[in-house]
Amino acid sequence: MLFVGVSAARADAFDDTLQKFLTDSYTDTEAGVTALGAGGDVRAFAVVKALQDGRLLADPAARRVLIDDGGALKDAATGAVVSPAPPPADLKRVRLNNRLRRAVEAALGALTLRAPDPARRLDAAQAVFKSRDAGALPAVEAALSQETDTRVKSALAMARAAILITSPDAPEAARIEAVGMLRERGDQSALALLSALPPGTPATVQGAADSAAAAIRNRLQIWETAQNAWYGVSLGSVLLLAAIGLAITFGVMGVINMAHGEMVMLGAYTTFVVQEAIRQKAFTFAIPGTGIGFSLPLPAALTLDWSLPIAVPLAFVVTGMVGILIEKSVIRFLYGRPLETLLATWGISLILQQAVRTAFGPTNKEVSNPSWMSGAFELGQLSITYNRLWIVCFSLATFAMLLAMLRWTRLGLEMRAVTQNRGMAACVGIRTARIDALTFGLGSGIAGIAGVALSQIDNVSPNLGQSYIIDSFMVVVFGGVGNLWGTLVGAFTLGIANKFLEPFAGAVLGKIAILVLIILFIQRRPRGLFALKGRAVEA
Amino acid sequence: MIPRALDRGTIVFLALLGAVAIAVPLLNLALPDSSPLHVPTYLVSLFGKYVCFALLALSIDLIWGYCGILSLGHGAFFALGGYAMGMYLMRQIGGRGVYGNPLLPDFMVFLNWKELPLAWWGFSSFPYAMLMVLAVPGLLALVFGWFAFRSRVTGVYFSIITQAMTFALLLAFFRNDFGFGGNNGLTDFKDILGFNVQADGTRAALFATSCLALMLGYVVCRILVASKFGMVLIAIRDAEARARFLGYRVESYKLAVFTISACMAGVAGALYVPQVGIINPGEFSPANSIEAVIWVAVGGRGTLAGAVIGAVLVNYAKTTFTSGALAPYWLFLLGGLFVGVTLWLPRGIVGTIAHWRAGRRITATEDAPDPSGAAVATKPQAAE
Repeated sequence: MLFVGVSAARADAFDDTLQKFLTDSYTDTEAGVTALGAGGDVRAFAVVKALQDGRLLADPAARRVLIDDGGALKDAATGAVVSPAPPPADLKRVRLNNRLRRAVEAALGALTLRAPDPARRLDAAQAVFKSRDAGALPAVEAALSQETDTRVKSALAMARAAILITSPDAPEAARIEAVGMLRERGDQSALALLSALPPGTPATVQGAADSAAAAIRNRLQIWETAQNAWYGVSLGSVLLLAAIGLAITFGVMGVINMAHGEMVMLGAYTTFVVQEAIRQKAFTFAIPGTGIGFSLPLPAALTLDWSLPIAVPLAFVVTGMVGILIEKSVIRFLYGRPLETLLATWGISLILQQAVRTAFGPTNKEVSNPSWMSGAFELGQLSITYNRLWIVCFSLATFAMLLAMLRWTRLGLEMRAVTQNRGMAACVGIRTARIDALTFGLGSGIAGIAGVALSQIDNVSPNLGQSYIIDSFMVVVFGGVGNLWGTLVGAFTLGIANKFLEPFAGAVLGKIAILVLIILFIQRRPRGLFALKGRAVEA
Repeated sequence: MIPRALDRGTIVFLALLGAVAIAVPLLNLALPDSSPLHVPTYLVSLFGKYVCFALLALSIDLIWGYCGILSLGHGAFFALGGYAMGMYLMRQIGGRGVYGNPLLPDFMVFLNWKELPLAWWGFSSFPYAMLMVLAVPGLLALVFGWFAFRSRVTGVYFSIITQAMTFALLLAFFRNDFGFGGNNGLTDFKDILGFNVQADGTRAALFATSCLALMLGYVVCRILVASKFGMVLIAIRDAEARARFLGYRVESYKLAVFTISACMAGVAGALYVPQVGIINPGEFSPANSIEAVIWVAVGGRGTLAGAVIGAVLVNYAKTTFTSGALAPYWLFLLGGLFVGVTLWLPRGIVGTIAHWRAGRRITATEDAPDPSGAAVATKPQAAE
C-alpha cells in the first residue's frame, strides 16, 4: 500500500516535471532537465536522451510530451505509442541552447550513474571524475549509497573525491580525506587534480595535496621507467628477430647480406597471403594476363586465428628457399670478396622489392591481428599489449631454438666447424658448399619468420625491410659476429637504450645518439662486444 | 711527377671533357631553337647533373679503387656540400621570399624564428660558402675517418658504419628544428653571384664550371695515384697488413685520401644544387650512396675514367628508363646491374677493355721474335 502511494506520488512529480517542457521557455526546460536528473525515475533517461537528440516533442494542446522513437510517437509518461498520431503542426520540438546542453549532459550523467548495466555505471562514474562537476555531487552520493559492484563503487568514490577536493564549500576534513583517496589512486589524472587545486584552498588541504602529489610523482616515475624498459624489451625483441638471421650469415659465412631486410619483407607478405587465402576460403594463384593459375579450397573451419601458426613455418620455407636460391645463383661465386657480395645482395634487394611491388602493389597491405594477439592488459600502471608480449616470447623462443640447433644437431655442429676453420672442416669431409647454402637458407628463413612477427606491428609494404636493415646491422656490429649471445645482448641493449633516450631527446635524436654511440663503441671494441678470438679474427 | 700523371689517356680524356665543356654551352646559347644541333636548356642542366655525379663517382673511385675503402656514405659528403651551396643561395634570396623577410629564409619565418641560427652566419658571402663546401665534408670525413681508421675498422664494417653515418644525417636533416629546412630542404633559389639561376646563360656557365671541376678533380686524382702516395695507397688496398709492417702509417694514408675524396664529393654536391634547384634530406639516403658505388663498379674501379663513364652511362639509363613506360622496370635493371657487374664484369667496362688490350699487347710481343721478351712468358694467356 505504502509502495503504491510512493509510486503514485513519484509519478505525479514526474508528470509535473514533464509539464515544464510544454512552455517553450529555456528556463522552464532547464528546471525540468535538472529535476529529471535529480529525481530517480526510470523513465527519465529516455526523456533526457530524446531531448539531447532533438526527438522530444511537446504537444501543448493535449498537455503531454512525446518521444519520437524512429517515427513512432510515444507518450513520455506512459511509454505507450500514441495511436492516432496528432497532426505534426500541433507538435513543437523542445529546443536547446548551449547552456541547456550542459544541463542535459549533467542530467544524463547523473541518470546513467544509476543505469542497470554496471559497465555503463562505471563509464558514468569515470566521466564525472573527469568533469568533477559539483552539481553531480548529490547524484554521486546517492548512487554511492546504493552501489553494490566494487569497481563501480570505487570509481564513484573517486568521482566524489574529485568533486570534493575542488569544491571550495566542502568541509576541510572531507577534502583532506579526498586527498588521501586520490593519493591511493596515484595515476596521472589524480596528479593533475592534486596539483591544480583552485585558488583559496585552505593551507592544510593544500599541504596535504602537495605531499600527495609528490608521492604520486615518485611512484609514476618508477612506473614510467618500467614502461620504458618494457618498450625497450619489446623493441629489442624485434631487433633480435631481425638480426639473428643476419648474425648467422655474417658470422658463419662472412657474407654481408643486404637483401636480409627483403627476406623479412617476404615473410610479412607470406602472412598477408595466408590471411588473404583464409579470408577467401581458398588459396588462389594466378598470373594476370596469361590464364595460368589454380585455386585450392581451404576448410571453412580455418579462421584468422590460425593464420600465424600456418604463416610461421610457411614463411620459413619460402624465404629459406629464396635464400638458398640466392646463395646458389649469386653468392657462392663471390666468396672471399665481401665488398662485392655487399653490392650484389643490394642489387638483389632492389629486385625483390620491385618484384613485390609489381605483384602486390606499392601500398600497405592489411594484416590483422588474430584475436589472441589483440587487446592489452594492465599491470599496475603498465599497459602491456598482447601482440608485443607474444613477439617478445616468440623472439626468445626462436633464439633458444636456434641456439639448441647449433649446439645439438648435426647441421649445427657442421656449421660451427665451418665457422671455426673452413679448410679443416672440408678436410674432415664436411661439404662446406652445402653447409654454406643451408646456412644462408637458415638465416633467410629466420628473417622470414621475423617478417611474420613484424607484420603484426608494422605496415606491410615493399619498404618494410629497408626500415630494419640498418638497425639490424647495428645490432650485429655491436654484438660482434660469430656469437649469437652477442646478438641477444646487442639487440636488447640497443632496444632499451633507444627507448630510454627517446623521452630526453625525441625519437629521431635518440636514434642518432645511438648511431653515434655505436660508432664510438667500435673505437674500443672494433669487433663488437663478443668478439671471436684467435685466428678466426683475421680470416 | 706531373708529366707521369698526365699520360696519353689522361690528356685524351681531358681534351674530350674540355670539348664537351665548350661545345654544349655553345650549342645551347649560340644556335637558334630551330636548329637541329641546338641543345635545349633542360638538357644542359641534365648533362650538368651527370657531370656532378661523375665527380662524385670519381671521389668514390679514388678511395675504393685505389685504397680499397668502400664508403657507403659518400652521398652524405655530396649532400653536405650541396647544403652549404644551398645555404648561400637561400641567403641570396634576401627579401624576395614569400614572407619578404630580408634576413631570414622563408622556412625560418614559417617556423616563427626570430634570428638567424649560428650555423647560417656568413653564408651570404660566396667565398665563405665555398670554403664551407670544402670544409664541412672534409672535417666530417677527417673526424669520422680518424675514429674509424685509428681503431682499424676495415672492410664491410667500415662500409656499414659509413652507411649508418649517412642514415643518421638523413634523420637529423629531416627535423625542422635542426635548422636546415626540414624535409622540404632548401629550394626556390633566385640568384647565384648576382645571376639568375634559371637563366640560360647561368645554366651554361654552371655546366662549364662543373666540367672544369671534373677536369680538375681528374687531374688531382691522377697526380695522387701516379705519385708515391698513390703507390702506397695501392699497397694498402692489396695487402694492408704488409704495408703496415713495411713501416707505412696506413691510418694516415687512409685518412688523407678519405678526406680529399670527401672534399671532392662536397664540390660535386655544391655544383649539383644550383643546377637542379633543390637540396633536401633525401640526398642523404643510404640508397643514393650505394647507387653511386655501382656507377664506379660499372665503369671499372681503379680506372678514374671508368668512374666518369660509369656515372654518365648509368644515369643516362636511369633518365631514359624512369621517364617512360619502362619506369617500373628501372629497379629491376638497376638491381640486375649490381648483380651482373659483380658477377660477370668485376673489372667494369674500362677495366675490362684495358685488361683485354693489355692481353693483346702481351700476345703481340710474344708472337714477335723478341729475344728480350722472356719476362712476359710468365704472364698467363690473358686474351683467352
